[in-house]
Amino acid sequence: MDAAAIHAALVQRFGERITGASLDAGSPFAIVATDAIAEVAAFCKVDPALALDNLMCLSAVDYPKETPPRMEVVYHLFSYRHLHTFALKVQLPRESPAVPTLEGVWGVANWHEREAWDLFGILFTGHSDMRRILLPDDWEGHPLRKDWQDPEYYNGLHVKPTPQMMERALAGETIGVGPFDFTPENKHVEEP
Amino acid sequence: MSGPEPVRGLIQNRFEDGLIVTSADQLINWSRKNSIWFMQFGLACCAIEMMATGASRYDTERFGIMPRGSPRQADLMIVAGTATLKMATRIKRLYEQMAEPKYVLSMGSCANNGGPYWRYGYHVLKGVDEVIPVDIYVPGCPPRPEALLYGLLKLQEKIQEDRVLRKRGLTVGSLAGATLDGSADMPRPAGKR
Amino acid sequence: MSAASPTGFVSDWDQDGLDTDEMVVNMGPQHPATHGVLRVELRTDGEVVRAARPHIGYLHRCFEKHCENVDYPGVMPYADRMDYCAAMGNTLGFALTVEKLCGIEVSPYVQTVRVIMAELQRIASHTIAVGTYTMDIGAFTPFLHLIRDREKILDLFEWTCGARLLYNYNWVGGVSHDLPDGFIRATRDFLREFETVTFPELLDLIIHNRIFVRRLSHVGVCSPELAISYDLTGPNLRGSGIARDLRKDFPYSGYESYDFDVCVGTGQYGPKGSCFERNWVRVVEMRESAKILHQALDRLEKTEKADVHEKVPKRVKPPKGEIYFRSEAPRGQLGYYLVSDGNINPYRVKVKSPCFTAMSVFHHLAKGMLIADVIALIGSLDIVLGEIDR
Repeated sequence: MDAAAIHAALVQRFGERITGASLDAGSPFAIVATDAIAEVAAFCKVDPALALDNLMCLSAVDYPKETPPRMEVVYHLFSYRHLHTFALKVQLPRESPAVPTLEGVWGVANWHEREAWDLFGILFTGHSDMRRILLPDDWEGHPLRKDWQDPEYYNGLHVKPTPQMMERALAGETIGVGPFDFTPENKHVEEP
Repeated sequence: MSGPEPVRGLIQNRFEDGLIVTSADQLINWSRKNSIWFMQFGLACCAIEMMATGASRYDTERFGIMPRGSPRQADLMIVAGTATLKMATRIKRLYEQMAEPKYVLSMGSCANNGGPYWRYGYHVLKGVDEVIPVDIYVPGCPPRPEALLYGLLKLQEKIQEDRVLRKRGLTVGSLAGATLDGSADMPRPAGKR
Repeated sequence: MSAASPTGFVSDWDQDGLDTDEMVVNMGPQHPATHGVLRVELRTDGEVVRAARPHIGYLHRCFEKHCENVDYPGVMPYADRMDYCAAMGNTLGFALTVEKLCGIEVSPYVQTVRVIMAELQRIASHTIAVGTYTMDIGAFTPFLHLIRDREKILDLFEWTCGARLLYNYNWVGGVSHDLPDGFIRATRDFLREFETVTFPELLDLIIHNRIFVRRLSHVGVCSPELAISYDLTGPNLRGSGIARDLRKDFPYSGYESYDFDVCVGTGQYGPKGSCFERNWVRVVEMRESAKILHQALDRLEKTEKADVHEKVPKRVKPPKGEIYFRSEAPRGQLGYYLVSDGNINPYRVKVKSPCFTAMSVFHHLAKGMLIADVIALIGSLDIVLGEIDR
């Protein structure tokens, strides 16, 4: 089935809960209402004509400058039976974004959603294990948001970029010892 | 110096420089430098080059340098790869688990100063010497196996100059960071600190 | 545990009143056999694992943040460093993604060069995978033999572009260096040695070795449904018996014109989807890659040389839009979701890394295994933490 047919099947089943679509050849997707995503996903997986049994990728994107400012979660789906692909999107507000979890539909969504929570702060309601996956557990903030600022320190370690060795050397600081300075008496002299 | 008197060994750092003691030191250091067992602490891409250095083409075992799995059995920690903030406490703990005398070789740009991730890497430790003292820095991304071998040979030279039986001095050339109270067990380079 | 013996005698030294407790064992971030900085918490009852929880993120190097701040060609070195054992595959995927969004078509010569580099990289990556896997299982020598062959491939790469491990080779619109003179003959020499010496030796001494087979053939069995649900791809999926390969189904860079088989787990020693099968797929994929390489080298001799920088744009500025493109990296399907807003920096790059999804099934497969088999399972999934954590 091509993208238009998949979209038509979804619209036929869910009507207005498919709130938008873009079906050009590069990357077709349908925008789904946030509260309907679990049903739509289950239908996509189970329906024999669609059979989208594989979640290829779950991405979160932050659009603070669009109108309206939003975050999107994009689900790229693939069918091993019919070898077709499709994408679903949900659009979320930037303050406390929340969307139902899909880990019951595709098992791999568990880890992808944990990553989206970790890096973007999107809460997946009903998730069995909503905790950070890549960053430490006591990390504050969600770094891939567009308004992220590097803090100075994390537990005493520098987070903001520190001046690199070249800059510090040019500023007059002695970086390390010279390469051949171990013995005060017999200094190696590099042959030119 | 502040703090209680540090515990010193029976013969460690007790003797003035002399012919016998210096020769004994040289013998001890010669045997130590030719048998450096490193803890394979491969974090990222440099770990692959460290493995390649240990494999048959750029053999490290001909220098007596052998990988060990556990820090308790190692003299040297080769930090090969990017240290992240999540990993930093573990690096420190592994360093503390190694027995004295221990050395650290920072392999690759990421371990030296954050490497290519220094600017936008919010989770990257900008140099492993933020948490542990480093003896040798090997630059490269990743350093060629020959470069790592060069760094290891430089470490051997450094070990050869170590003062085991002889007393440490205050002004040993550019190693002015060494102190008499034994708090710096191995003269550290004057780096960031 | 019941105490009765076959004669019915019940000893008083017996276990019905004995409390056994579960123990939480931590497998490091620093561990010789976890292929990187992976931490696995195992809840074990003696030697049997009741539950396993992997912790990742010890190598999170903020690749996606870097992508938003550097320009498209500048992303390439960072893309290399994700799956550092197979760097050509990462940059090829990203280059193809951007080219698809920009609408750039490279010449057949560049396509052939890319295929040659990708397949050489596939062999090199599988040598590390199989070599370190056998090292985990307990045999050290195959590692040395396979690394010997890998060094020959790295010599070829170094001859072409100057780097041994991380090349920045595939650029948007072309490749960075043309193949040097004599490359074809050197590659054919390598392939001859590989196919006549190393590969048969590998099969005879290790893969069909009774100890190796008994150790692995019933361990870590992943059913096809579980594999699809947890998005296992590449050799992990094909080990479970599903014969899907992106180079055949959705070909790119000229793969449709090469003749090769899709390697799939055959269940010769045990159930499909076991650790042995996943490893077997990697081993035979090396032979298929050699097949593709022979064809590509023949084709290269017949194609006239083209300028590899011909289609490289002065400034990479894709139109506003988004695309999801996946390619068959040695570890599975590497997917790039690229959102462009018309600037010279990408707006968002999300990488779907095959090892990330392979690791997500780990907690499911590790239940009920012995601790030693956990090591075998981790190795059979062939994970590279740089790609999992990005």
